[in-house]
Amino acid sequence: MIRDALKQLHRDLKSQKLRTFLTVFGIVWGTVAVTLLLAFGAGLKKQLIKQTAGLGDRICISWPGLTSIPYQGLGKGRRIRITDEDLEAVRPRIDGLKRMSSEYSDGWKLVYNLKTYPIDVSGVSPEFGEMRNLIPQPGGRFLNPLDMRDQRRVVFLGNKFAEDVFGKGTDPVGKVVLMNGSPFTVIGVLVPKEQDSSYNSRDSDLSWIPGTTFRSLTGRKYLSNFVFQPATALQSKQVTQSLREALSRRLKFDPEDKEAFSVWDTTEQFQFFEVFMLAFSAFLGIVGSLTLVVGGIGVSNIMNVVVEERTREIGIKMALGAKQGAVLKQFLVETLLVTGIGGAIGFAISLGICGVFPESLVEYVGRPELSPTVALITTGILGVIGVLAGYFPAREASRLDPVVAMKL
Amino acid sequence: MSSRPEMTPHDGPIIRMSGIRKVYDTGKVQVEALKGIDLSIERGEFVAIVGPSGSGKSTLMNLLGCLDTPTSGDFFIAGEKVAGLGRDALAEVRNRRVGFVFQAFNLLPQISAYENVEMPLVFGGVAPKKRKEKVTDLLAKVGLGDRMDHKPTELSGGQMQRVAIARALAMDPDIVLADEPTGNLDTTSGTDIMGLFLELWRQGRTLVVITHDLALARRAGRIVEIRDGKIVGDRPAAEAA
Ligand SMILES: Nc1ncnc2c1ncn2[C@@H]1O[C@H](COP(=O)(O)OP(=O)(O)OP(=O)(O)O)[C@@H](O)[C@H]1O
Ligand SMILES: [Mg+2]
Repeated sequence: MIRDALKQLHRDLKSQKLRTFLTVFGIVWGTVAVTLLLAFGAGLKKQLIKQTAGLGDRICISWPGLTSIPYQGLGKGRRIRITDEDLEAVRPRIDGLKRMSSEYSDGWKLVYNLKTYPIDVSGVSPEFGEMRNLIPQPGGRFLNPLDMRDQRRVVFLGNKFAEDVFGKGTDPVGKVVLMNGSPFTVIGVLVPKEQDSSYNSRDSDLSWIPGTTFRSLTGRKYLSNFVFQPATALQSKQVTQSLREALSRRLKFDPEDKEAFSVWDTTEQFQFFEVFMLAFSAFLGIVGSLTLVVGGIGVSNIMNVVVEERTREIGIKMALGAKQGAVLKQFLVETLLVTGIGGAIGFAISLGICGVFPESLVEYVGRPELSPTVALITTGILGVIGVLAGYFPAREASRLDPVVAMKL
Repeated sequence: MSSRPEMTPHDGPIIRMSGIRKVYDTGKVQVEALKGIDLSIERGEFVAIVGPSGSGKSTLMNLLGCLDTPTSGDFFIAGEKVAGLGRDALAEVRNRRVGFVFQAFNLLPQISAYENVEMPLVFGGVAPKKRKEKVTDLLAKVGLGDRMDHKPTELSGGQMQRVAIARALAMDPDIVLADEPTGNLDTTSGTDIMGLFLELWRQGRTLVVITHDLALARRAGRIVEIRDGKIVGDRPAAEAA
């Protein structure tokens, strides 16, 4: 029976080229339009996140400075100094604080292969990598707690700096370099990333060593700045305020003194971004749905015409003894197959378009990301519309007495 | 397809109609096309139905072929009550009991002669191998053994009607019904087709044919005359002259 149905289908499709083409085209069009739309949307979204998150993933950066308000008998212009111990002391008291790391920065000299390079060094803790999106290239790693505990002489390099020193082809991981006279082992190199903002150099030119190592080598006690990350972007104000109060109490400055303790809240741009993305997604959703509706109307129109055209054929088949189920099954199988083929072609076209997407545009609008799920859902919806549009008229036709159907 | 009830052989008349009425309700007017038909047809008969245009011949034929349902009356095919059967049961009767030949051929234009003849066998659940034997044999018998792969549009009217006859015979029906099978054909082709029906009759088949051609009707075994929805004459063809 199935073989017969397929044979029948093959004949029908072959003999009704235009109609089949139109139906398939409707589904192909809908699938391509919706999948590409959403693919470009997803790509753009990712690219925007990547560019904005280059500096870090919803972080706040804070610098101690000079007091600008006299406080408890202490004059203004006093330098606020913060130590790791201060941070650890206040850390448990801050609700909603996810991560925090101090940062000690300095300009050093790095020697490799008898050549000397100036290098910006930051002493940080392992959490720093997570917050600032410092992702190691395959084969390497970022600093870990053991590096911290043992004050290991290991360094994580920015990708551009690593390339300058080691050249393009060589893997720097495991190589030993002299930094400020001490041998350091390279443990990892940064994955290249988009970064649209920074607070000293770009990450690609920087290097990171364990904060403990930095302190023991330099004797520095006070951090240059520190980075913290609230659990969610919406908590940044509250976390910042708690930190400010806790530190001001401990270090004796006016909690209102913005210069003694300045904070750059990068989540502000994320807050805008989140609203923007919501609007953008809504826009895509509406346009996508409309495309689907238009495509669906097209497909259902075609199916309607198909059934009308075929009422006579249905009548003849029933006159020859075809049962209603057989007639309907044929329509269903046919529509499903046409839908499946249309969906597959549509997805293939979308794949092709994404495949030849010019690399030069990726930087601006991101790489379109095709989702098979979206393709499946789109095709599915169009298919259901087609089936419904084909099924009900076909059922009407198959309910007629054969004479009536044949006369139509 | 295995649960098909066995169609038992039956000794009585193949067709038995009594008090059959058919009213067409066109909304504004009601047309009573058949006004109480009583008709019995025995196995092996060749019945010609004649009558003026609009007298109800086609209406009667469509009822005989279960293509349409009567408004009232009793109707048995091979002893089985047909009036009141469900859609699928009727499809089964059409498939196995009757073979229909239409004036307008009613072949599917997109498929070949072979595939047209094969259709009833497909609906009847006949195995592909047996189908092939049957279709090839039938097309050869109607003289189209060399035209099997032709589409209907590539055939002459007479050839199309031969395909239709082969299709009507595919399931070895108890009765073959033909509504003006020569109506769309030229005289020569018409005579050919009528010859084919006579040949089938000689082979023992039961046939009912509507025709306007009295010369042809006279060659049948029995002539039933319809006028204004009623049977007004029913006699052996030999007496018709
Ligand atoms: N579908 C229909 N709706 C309404 N009236 C119909 C319908 N079919 C047939 N009739 C009417 O029923 C009557 C019998 O029609 P029928 O087609 O059976 O005549 P006929 O004897 O076959 O005529 P002809 O020799 O011209 O083919 C006619 O009056 C016709 O107008
Ligand atoms: Mg007629």
